[in-house]
Amino acid sequence: MQLSGKSIVVSKKEMSFLEKLYLPAILGGLRITLKHLFRKKATINYPEEKRPFSPIYRGMHVLKRDEHGAERCTACGLCAVSCPAEAISMEAAERKPGEEKSFREEKYAAVYEINMLRCIFCGLCEEACPKEAIFLTDRITPSDFQRNSFVYGKDKLVEPVDADKRVDVTKRQSTAVLDFKTNTKLAHNK
Amino acid sequence: MFKVTIDGIETEVEPGTTILQAARKIGGEIVPPTMCYYSSLEGSGGYCRTCIVKVSAGSAKDPRPMPKPVASCRTPVQDGMVVQNITSPELLEARAGVVEFLLINHPLDCPVCDQAGECDLQNLGFAHGKEESRYDFPRRVFEKKDIGNKIQLHMTRCILCYRCVKVADQLTPGRVHGVMNRGDVAEISTYIEQAVDNDMSGNMIDVCPVGALTDKTFRFKSRVWFVNPTDAHRNCTKCSGNVVLWFHGTEIYRVSARKNEWNEVKEFICNDCRFENKKIENWVVEGPRKIERKSVISQNHYEQYNQLKAQIEKQRARLANGETPDIGDISLRT
Repeated sequence: MQLSGKSIVVSKKEMSFLEKLYLPAILGGLRITLKHLFRKKATINYPEEKRPFSPIYRGMHVLKRDEHGAERCTACGLCAVSCPAEAISMEAAERKPGEEKSFREEKYAAVYEINMLRCIFCGLCEEACPKEAIFLTDRITPSDFQRNSFVYGKDKLVEPVDADKRVDVTKRQSTAVLDFKTNTKLAHNK
Repeated sequence: MFKVTIDGIETEVEPGTTILQAARKIGGEIVPPTMCYYSSLEGSGGYCRTCIVKVSAGSAKDPRPMPKPVASCRTPVQDGMVVQNITSPELLEARAGVVEFLLINHPLDCPVCDQAGECDLQNLGFAHGKEESRYDFPRRVFEKKDIGNKIQLHMTRCILCYRCVKVADQLTPGRVHGVMNRGDVAEISTYIEQAVDNDMSGNMIDVCPVGALTDKTFRFKSRVWFVNPTDAHRNCTKCSGNVVLWFHGTEIYRVSARKNEWNEVKEFICNDCRFENKKIENWVVEGPRKIERKSVISQNHYEQYNQLKAQIEKQRARLANGETPDIGDISLRT
């Protein structure tokens, strides 16, 4: 069966004298190699140089903080249940009086782990999150030698408190989402 | 026997049966949802109005329709009564209004609440509720309360269904909690911060249709869809000992009573079974509990996968014998 229609029937005819010399073929090969030397390189010098990313590139996750620096995640488990690769696991804890500045809700994730080797970067966790806590970003998960170092805990996932070190995800939030967030008629926006 | 027609389906019931019980006898989608009625608690029902139905013919003798929707849990059937539930658009509209009222003061903190996933109000809101709320005033706010060291009360989530009060009245020797105050400030409370710690008090957790009364020993430990419900029993002198264990790995996170198809407990369990026996050695495990497929608790449970596999094998065998595959026989629907 032909799929592309580009197949060539191989003929097993005797090679001519010129072909038996192999020199024209070798020179032809060298010509192609030389041509590629002067072409634009296919690789870049990462990390000094970086490729432009799509604003909605699905890379390493971030656990967002709110405008006051409190963690948004409330460990509701919707990201974990929506995850097709079962990469997310968490343990919840109750907020104590006085911790209102660190945690937004009564309950928070004491442990939050994503196994980056399991993760397929589909973005369903981001879609499932009711608290706008988890987002996929345009950052790349760095490579490593140990398997266990790919289980990312809160130390790697939660964004820093400093305002200038925050991870910007505004481009990922579509106008539909922003409308939904600001509609005061919806009960959860009150 | 009285003949009654509900959504075009005819059935015969004993005199004195309520419309709700007649509908439950038929079963399926025509059964009105209930938030306060509880078949195993005497005198429950009549508070929440979620089970309202339209009676389009009162009886065979007097076929005039009833002027308003009636609470099906409190209205007995008459011979020749014709009832409409899901076939009446204005009734569904009225029920959506009831749901809107129930949600007026509800905080909608489902991501925090331990009841999420097995919450009657969540299901009801999803099925009937509107996305938008027209209520502009602040919601009532209460501090969360410990009533006893095993039960947590979140009054903000309460819909005042009185089920827990009926539990205390009918199952425990002396009631120490009830509904205080009236109207907008009505709240479930104990008499002067008394602890609720009699033998059967834990059942108020199971009967609560929302997350107002939750198990403190399970508080924030996991989500219901990450724990595996398993039927088990033990010899108990105080109760039947038939329970559901909620496993996380081999650890028992929670013990609850068994609920029937209407989400109601028939065999109440004692606090010893519920709170004190969380070791697997104390129980005789019967097998995984059947969970409705539409429930989020059945997420990532693979017994259904095995069922599906068996079903595929069966249909393959039929094909091999030259028979046509039997599409109607898919037992996964429930």
